[in-house]
Amino acid sequence: MAASFYQARWLVVFLGLPLLLYSVWVIYPFVRTFTLAFASYDGLSPAQWIGWQNFREMFQTEAFRLALWHNLIWILIFITVPTSAGLGLAMVLNQGVRFDRFLKIAYYLPLVLAPVVTAMVWGWIYHPQQGLVNTVIAGFLGILKAVGFNVNPEDARNIGWLGDPKLALISVIGAAVWRQVGYVMVLYLAGLKTLDAEVLEAAKVDGAEGFNLFRYMIFPMLAPVTTVVVVISIVDSLRSFDLVNVMTNGGPFNSSEVLANYMVKTAFHDYRQGYAAAVAVILFLITFVFTLIYLRQVMRQEERQS
Amino acid sequence: MSAAASTQAPTRPRKLRRGPSPWVLGLVWFFALVWLVPFVGAIITSFRTFDDLNTRGFWSVPQELTVNNYVRAWGQAGVSKYLLNSFEITLPALALCMLFASMCAYGLVRFRFQLSTPIYVMFVAGLMLPFQVLLLPVFFLANKLHIYDTLWALILFHAAFQLGFCTFVLRNFMKTVPFSLFESALIDGATEWTIFRRIALPLLLPGLAALATLEFTWIFNDYLWAIVLLQSDKLKPITTGLANLRGQYISDWPLMVAGSLIATVPTLVVFFGLQRYFIDGLTVGATKG
Repeated sequence: MAASFYQARWLVVFLGLPLLLYSVWVIYPFVRTFTLAFASYDGLSPAQWIGWQNFREMFQTEAFRLALWHNLIWILIFITVPTSAGLGLAMVLNQGVRFDRFLKIAYYLPLVLAPVVTAMVWGWIYHPQQGLVNTVIAGFLGILKAVGFNVNPEDARNIGWLGDPKLALISVIGAAVWRQVGYVMVLYLAGLKTLDAEVLEAAKVDGAEGFNLFRYMIFPMLAPVTTVVVVISIVDSLRSFDLVNVMTNGGPFNSSEVLANYMVKTAFHDYRQGYAAAVAVILFLITFVFTLIYLRQVMRQEERQS
Repeated sequence: MSAAASTQAPTRPRKLRRGPSPWVLGLVWFFALVWLVPFVGAIITSFRTFDDLNTRGFWSVPQELTVNNYVRAWGQAGVSKYLLNSFEITLPALALCMLFASMCAYGLVRFRFQLSTPIYVMFVAGLMLPFQVLLLPVFFLANKLHIYDTLWALILFHAAFQLGFCTFVLRNFMKTVPFSLFESALIDGATEWTIFRRIALPLLLPGLAALATLEFTWIFNDYLWAIVLLQSDKLKPITTGLANLRGQYISDWPLMVAGSLIATVPTLVVFFGLQRYFIDGLTVGATKG
């Protein structure tokens, strides 16, 4: 009894304030969003309970469906392109090549930039007249012209990477991939360090090498890291807000809209806060499915430890 | 290791470890340079004049190099003010979060109680939340507490939200500390708070360093919450400040790129100064989780 009183008293000391802070700013808002999602609310007049109305309307709205679709494309690209590139880079750089420190820094430097800065710099890169991409293309066309091809280098200046509905989304994702590759590489490099060197040496002695060593030994041993990388990639895709908001704000004509930005727009530009909360709930539910995979892995780790 | 082995025994027919083929290595180098192009392009642009770039193009040999873009961004465009705000938000939030997370981690590891695991799982699940699911209620709450459009709103929110990740990391770090260390201190008559301060905190220091570098970057680079919780231009951190500049200095790319580069300096300093910690922090959730 005395022991448990002792414990309870100190638990309040150590956990009281942090849990209070967390409850006020994270748990309460989280719960509140769910009740708000079933209301009609503009921030001024009293909220009205309208049941599933927000959700029904959402799925009939084209902007929402486009945003959902674009998030899906974003996820598919994120779990394939940066993931395999990051894994490949980690495999190469883990072999101790020369100047590997420089190479690693080159790939993870984008990670240090604020997403807003990334968006600004890439906004310039994609700029039709002054941007780097079109400048490079124009330079290339200039070379072609010089050797006799019938091309006009200035045509390159007409490509509007962020202004063309067909190119906007993929251009924004391009900037996001530039950020993500280094992150995946870092995670895999850390994973490769934890692999059992003796097991790998034994496999090599048995004659496994090159791609087979990777395919049958290293890659399966990296499975836990791969799970984390895939979950993080998906969650990051669904969280993508800064790049979209600064580079295109979802436009032109919703062609680069994603759920996170759509939600903020409906909340703070249209003042449809109940509807915005419903969008947030959908965003959460999709994320939650993948969070569960991650949580399961964490819990397994827990059981193994205790 | 293999290099040392092969110099000692040059007659050994085959090295166990072969490096990547020149083709693969060439590709890695090529893309590494491509990855740096935005940085190099941005740096070059920031030192050139608007007219020079506009009339003669990017590939021309610069007529003159200028630091004027930096001077204008720093002063007239208000980057210095925005940067100061960023520090005034980031440093208190970081300190509060680190203190609370260490206390939480100690409480969760030191005492055995039924809610220990559920609280831990709650923190882990919290770090995967999409921000949008908290957005509106946090905005209402800041209004209700009369801290909307003050730095306090951002400081408290960041400290609270990042508490999840920090507790998660520090608790796992704390688990590696031998339990007997705490108990023997207890027998010597120390209170729990003394044990926390004199034994647990010093042992947590490497973990705290890794976390702090990562969290500094995250809080410093935040954009969404600064949009939601602040309105006055004089309070804006560098992220929303920069986005603001875009409206004011339309297509004055040299100025905006210079401003962006200034905004990156603090995180770059943290990164290069504490690179090892930064990488540790990034990977801690993946390999230990």
